[in-house]
Formats: sequence, structure tokens, C-alpha cells
Amino acid sequence: MELDLSVVLPTFLDESREGLDELETILLHLEHNNVDHDKLNSIFRIAHTIKGSAGMFGLDEIVNFTHVVENFLDKLREGNTNITAELVELLLACGDHIRLLVQIAETQDPLDDLLVKNGSALISKLSILNGPDEDSNVKKDMVPLPDTDTERIDSEHAKNDNWHISLQLSIDTLRNGMEPLSMLHYLETLGEVISITTLGDAIPQNAEMDPESFYLRFEIIFKTTSDKQTIDDAFEFFKEGSHIAILPPNSKVSDYIALIDSSDDDERIGEILVHAGAITQTELNDALSTQYSLHMTSIEKPLGDILVEQRMSYQPVIDAAIVKQTQIRSDKSRDAASVRVDSAKLDLLINLVGELVIASAGTALNAQTTENTMLIESVSTLTTLVEEVRDSALCLRMIPIGATFTRFKRVVHDMSKELGKDIELIITGADTELDKTVVEKISDPLMHLVRNSIDHGIENIDTRQANGKSATGLIKLNAYHDSGCIIIEVNDDGAGLDKQRILTKAIDKGLVQEGQQLEDSDIYNLIFEPGFSTANEVTNISGRGVGMDVVKRNITELRGAIELDSKPGLGTNFRVRLPLTLAIIDGFLIGVSADTFVIPLDLVIECIELKEMNNSLDTSKDYINLRGEVLPLINLRTLLAIEGGLGKRQNIVVVKYGSNKAGIVVDELMGEFQTVIKPLGDIFHNVRAVSGFTVLGNGDVSLILDIPGLIQGAISNQPHILPITA
Amino acid sequence: MTLSKIETFKENELTLNKTEDDDQFLTFKLSNEMFAIGILNIKEILEYGNLTTVPMMPAFVRGVINLRGAVVPVIDLIARFSSNRSEVTKRTCIVIIEVTTDDDCHVIGVMVDAVSAVLEIPANEIEPPPALGAKIRTDFIHGMGKVDGDFVIILNVDNVLSVDELGMLNQNTESPALER
Repeated sequence: MELDLSVVLPTFLDESREGLDELETILLHLEHNNVDHDKLNSIFRIAHTIKGSAGMFGLDEIVNFTHVVENFLDKLREGNTNITAELVELLLACGDHIRLLVQIAETQDPLDDLLVKNGSALISKLSILNGPDEDSNVKKDMVPLPDTDTERIDSEHAKNDNWHISLQLSIDTLRNGMEPLSMLHYLETLGEVISITTLGDAIPQNAEMDPESFYLRFEIIFKTTSDKQTIDDAFEFFKEGSHIAILPPNSKVSDYIALIDSSDDDERIGEILVHAGAITQTELNDALSTQYSLHMTSIEKPLGDILVEQRMSYQPVIDAAIVKQTQIRSDKSRDAASVRVDSAKLDLLINLVGELVIASAGTALNAQTTENTMLIESVSTLTTLVEEVRDSALCLRMIPIGATFTRFKRVVHDMSKELGKDIELIITGADTELDKTVVEKISDPLMHLVRNSIDHGIENIDTRQANGKSATGLIKLNAYHDSGCIIIEVNDDGAGLDKQRILTKAIDKGLVQEGQQLEDSDIYNLIFEPGFSTANEVTNISGRGVGMDVVKRNITELRGAIELDSKPGLGTNFRVRLPLTLAIIDGFLIGVSADTFVIPLDLVIECIELKEMNNSLDTSKDYINLRGEVLPLINLRTLLAIEGGLGKRQNIVVVKYGSNKAGIVVDELMGEFQTVIKPLGDIFHNVRAVSGFTVLGNGDVSLILDIPGLIQGAISNQPHILPITA
Repeated sequence: MTLSKIETFKENELTLNKTEDDDQFLTFKLSNEMFAIGILNIKEILEYGNLTTVPMMPAFVRGVINLRGAVVPVIDLIARFSSNRSEVTKRTCIVIIEVTTDDDCHVIGVMVDAVSAVLEIPANEIEPPPALGAKIRTDFIHGMGKVDGDFVIILNVDNVLSVDELGMLNQNTESPALER
């Protein structure tokens, strides 16, 4: 039993947490929308599933608590109670409590008193809303009839709406430390036990009877709304050596047939039946092994017959399933929608693909030197394939940002309650995909931004109304792709940043000299300086002044950038720009003297020969006239202090980042190169012109230029360029 | 020298445990002076070559090399100790060293003029670093080891190759063109 638990427990924990996440989402949805019966059903099902699975693991705390919640939800489902904001609040608290209990089940810590107290407080709140608790007196009729006949009576009972369970437990049940009574008690939480018939005919004479053996059999008439799998799960730990038959009520037979007709994927008859809930997976396995053993003795028997023989199902259900099976076989079977893969396996794959890319670049290089056309051609085919492999491997790691966004709903809900504000969160672009690693790492900075908007951005209800705004503040989260980057926007319609206050604070902190003239955007950017917070008092949400600089640093570490825009009285807009992936990019290889550098290809717009531009090149200034536009130039040779004479021909690579363009002056254009990014490491952390390393095909290390940093430098270096009129 | 080498080898065979390894040092030459590093820090020794320079780094960061797919920085120890740069000769080597700071493990290469030998210097033969008179910063010195009547400077690798310090130093040497 210990072993069983440890193997299945992680699944239970995962599923419970997923369920709780969903519960939270639905509850938050209910708060702002009309009551939707489907949604109520879903949350009921979630609570029900958690309770059921927790029961299997003997996690009584979870079962007891969730049971109350489930009953409450059931009432709710029947429309007996109105859904109010307080109610949603309470249910959210209940969800949190279950989450804590699940947490404890994982760590196996003892329950602390506070938690128990919280639990009972929640339960009493629920029962006040719930009205009289009918649940505590489940009817149970124990009818011990030790010496009645052993004839089964399904013909009678199957006609009504009750399930018929016949239990013949293993003779070793007690010896294995199982307690049949606890299982029967658990059954009661699933529904109503109409009657239990205990059959003692297997008990031997006193002399032969072993007190440690289990001889009793039970015939249980059971009324429940649960499906067969749930009932079967109650017997999870008693299966070994036992014969358990669960026969559905007659009315269910038609349900199964309807279900089988409507289901559309499974191809095997057993799976069709399991899918419809007519039999359980264990029953199917039993039947299959019976079929196999019959096959070994060269008796061929259809699975359906075995199932009926073993009293696991009814003939009409099997017939319907067979019809369905023929139907599906004629259709084309569809593939499963998704597969769960361990992320460590994915990371390994990505690393291998990275090595493959480097190796293939090396091979291509060697092929060029042989001047063997056949070889060059086949290598180029190989390179194309490797590129495709790389792209699809990277795709595997792409996940939509939506899940991260949805988490903020709860944050907005909780914090606006706490601060007495009324805030609505609008999410757009939730389908936008980006690398899993990026998603994980961007979650915290985004959380800071959202918290900041709630705390500092959106004003109090009174202030908003006084300023002629609607009482409800809006926070918008948006994500979209833009030239090889993903842009995430956090937008609020609050008061905007207080320029004067930021400036005063900055002067206080010595960040700015008094009387210094600053542009608006420069002032706003001051909030990203370390130790800068304009909140007058520290709230428990933000205002410790550790937020914004950490946000900026985290985003910079992801090779991203953050900019902000604010209009007094209208709100603030944070724009986070992130690379799509951290692992492999398309690069553009350039040469200056003997050194080679890589520019991310996404940022390259065009390449120009500098000779052509001679007429418009003003040697005293670092810019050229590119078709009437000012293009600041970045001369790598002087900037990076590279020794060696000028190349035969100078070229300009025009790059663009955000709204800014610049021209990079280089000697040689060496073309596209698949770049596996190696991080800079701590020693090179402060190097501005370089954003990473990569290994070239010949094994040399090359530097990836930090184009955003270079452009920023080039622009701030010459802020007074007047536009040239062409 | 040869004798002590053989002795070390013999003892190595007899007692291959960690405490013995603690006493073993790799000695190498920097501008004709002998230095030593505990061998437990050392991963491997490579021939000097295929170095890619990184711009805007202080002189003691010679560049980076490709160590089987990983990019490893190479530190010029002479430049780290003084303002001179090492000359590359036929005997110049890169010693790959593992440095642990806090929980992170960093792999760093150091450039040395020539690698000499692996010696055993028992703890009682190691003197504390001199208060003055040493040519290099005292916190770089772990101790002075007595070998055949001569002193070798046993380096404190964690301080010499402190990643925090190496990373900080290049801030001042940045090109003004990139200042924001």
C-alpha cells in the first residue's frame, strides 16, 4: 500500500492543483458575469474529483473539508443560493484551504492548529449559507443476514435506479491490513447505501475457521450520481484477489448506449466501454486477461461475451459498443490532441539540437573547402533539414502566455479588495506563444508591474469619480509578436506617473542634479533606478522601493527591454520587449579585421556598401543620409578598439530595434549563421556591446553583438542631430 | 625535483584518499617565479591557442576559449598581479580551474608561462602569507610553501579568481562611447 501511494500521489497532487487553478478561474469569471450553469457544474465536478481521489489516499482532512464544499456547490448548482461577491470570496478562500491541505499531503507535515481553525471557520461560514445540513444523517440500513441464500438478485434490482455491487473480497483482506468497514464508510460519502446484504455462507466450520481470514461477501444496493469509475475507485485497495462486480442501474444502460454513440475516438471495444463509463479500466484489464488465457487454451471468445459473463456489463451496452466500433474503424482514427513530456527531456533535446546546429555548420565549412560539388550539395540539404529540426524543436518549448496572465486575475481580485479599489483585468493576446523558460522568468517581473499598477496606478474610487472617470479601474494585459520579439504590455487607466514627485525624489537621492533639464521619458525611466520608490508609505503590496529596478534587471537578463509611457490623469503603459527564445537564433555573421561577430538576423534590415554612400558621408560626424533619413553609424573598429587595417571594402549593416535604427560599419559580410547562444556568465556581465557568445563551425568562439545596447549608445551619443531634408 | 615526484607518486598509490590530495599542488611559472595551486581545483591543462578576445575588458581577461562546447574565460595571471601582460611562448598553457562562489560553480582558465610539476607540500611546510614584501596582494596568497629550501607562493584561487571582483572591474574600463 505504501508503494501504491508514493507512485500515484504526485499525479493526485498535480491533478488537484490543476483543478484548483481551474476552480479559481471559474470563480473569478462568475464574479463578473452572469451565472452559467455549465460553470457551476464544472466547479462542482472539480471539488468532487478532489474529494474522491483524496479518499483513495485516505487524506481525511481533504475529504472532510471538500465534502462540505461539494455539498455547498451542489446546492448552488440547484439554484438555491445567489452568487454574490462575498460568496465567491468565501469559495476562493475554501479553494486556498484545500490547496494548503494538498500541500500538507505532499510534505506530510502535521496539521497545524491555525489551519484546522481556519478550516472549521470556513466550514461554519459555508453551513450558514447552506442552511440546515442534511448531509450529516446519511441513511444507512445495515441488514446483516448471515445465512441467507447466495442467489443473486440482479433481475429485480437492476430494474430500479440503484447500482448493484457484489463484493467478494480476497480471503487475505484482513491479513493484508485492509479494513473492509472503512471502505464501506467511504462508499457512503459517494451516495446512499440502500441496503447491504452480508453473505456468510463461505464461513467454514468453527474448527477450520481462521480468525484472520475474511469469508464474508457483500451484496450492496447503492444509490449515487457518481459514475462507475468513481465507485470502482472506492475499492482501489481491495482489488487484489477480490472479485468485485459493479452493475449499473437499468436506467443507466440507455445512458451508456447514448454515450457510446456520441463518443468519437476510441477504436477498441474495451476502450469504447471504458470511455463511456460502462466498465472500468480494471474490469477491462481483467476481462482482457481472461480472454488471453482462453486464447492460450485455443478458445476464441469475443471480449463482449466475457464482460457479460463476468457480470461486468449488460448485453445491450456491449451491442451498442460493437456497432460504434465498426463505425469508427471505417472512419480514420484521429491522433491524441496532446502529449505530456517531462521538461528535462525537452531541454536535453534542445541542447542536442544546439550541438547538431554547430556540428552541421562545421560540416558545411569543411565541405566548402573540399570543393566537391556533390558533397556541398548534400551538406546543404542536410543544413536545411537541421534548420527545420531546430525550428520544430524550439516550437516544442513554446507555450502560450495565457496561463501566466490568468494567474494575475486572482492577484487583481485580492488586491483590489484589500485596497478598496474596483479594478477589472482585461486580457488580450493570451494565445501569443513564447519560450517556456522566458515565460517562467517573466512571470515575477510582470507580477511586480501588475501590483504596481494596482497599488500606485489606479486611484481610489472616490478620486476616480471626482476626476470624472468610471469607478472601475482598468488594467489591460496584452501580448503580441513584433519582428522576432514578443511584446507584453501592462496598461492601466490610472493617474499616470507624477513627474514632479519623481524628479524631487531623484534629486533627494542624488540621481539628478537640481536644475538639470530632462525629457519626460528620462524622468519616467528614473523609476527603474535602484532604491527608487515614490510611494510615501510602505504598503504590504509595493512601496519598498525594491520593485522596479529588479523588474528591469530581470528583463535585461532575458535580453529584453522595458519602456514606459505615461500620461497624467490617463494612465501608464509598460511595454516589455522580449526575445522569443533564449537558445538558438538566426544570426548574421560579420567580420572586422580578423574578428567575427554575430548580429541577430531579426534585427538586420539591409546591408549597404559604404562606398556608394561616400557622397553623403560626413567624416566628421558619425551618421549618414540614408534615403533622406538620419542613420547614426556605429564603427565597430573604433568602438571595440580592434587592431588591424581597414578591409578592402567597408559595409554598413542597417539594424533596427524598436523604433530606432543604426548602421554598423564592418569590413566583411559573411552571411547567415545559425547561432547557438551561450550566456555571457558572471565575469562578462557588465560588457555592454556583447550579449552572448556562440561557437562557430570551426570551433572558434564568436561574440554576439548587443544591438539594443549599441543603438542606445549611438543615439544618446549624438542627441542633437537635426533632421536632414533631402 | 624528480625524486620528490616519484615519492609523491608512490604515496599516491598507497593512500588514495582526499586528505592526501589536499596536500598536492600544481606548480607553474609566471615571469620566472614559482606559484602553486591546490590540485583539487584543477580540471585540466590545455595548450594555449584559439583565443577570442572580448572587447572592453580589463587586460587580465585575455579572452574566451571553446572548451568542448562551453565558453570559458581565460585570465592572464601576470596582468592580474601587475600591469604587464604575459608573453605567449611555446610553453604557455591554459590551466582550467573550478571556482566555487556561494552556490555557483564557475569554470575559468588561467594563462601561465609554463607548468612545472605536481608536488606534495605537507601542511607543516606551509608558512602563512608574509605581512609585507610580497609582490602580489596578500589576500591572493594562501601561504608560502617550502620546497627544496625555496619558497613557492600558493595562490588563494577563490580570491584571485573571485568572479564578483572580475566582473566588477570592467565597469571602470568601459569605453566612454557606450556610456548612457
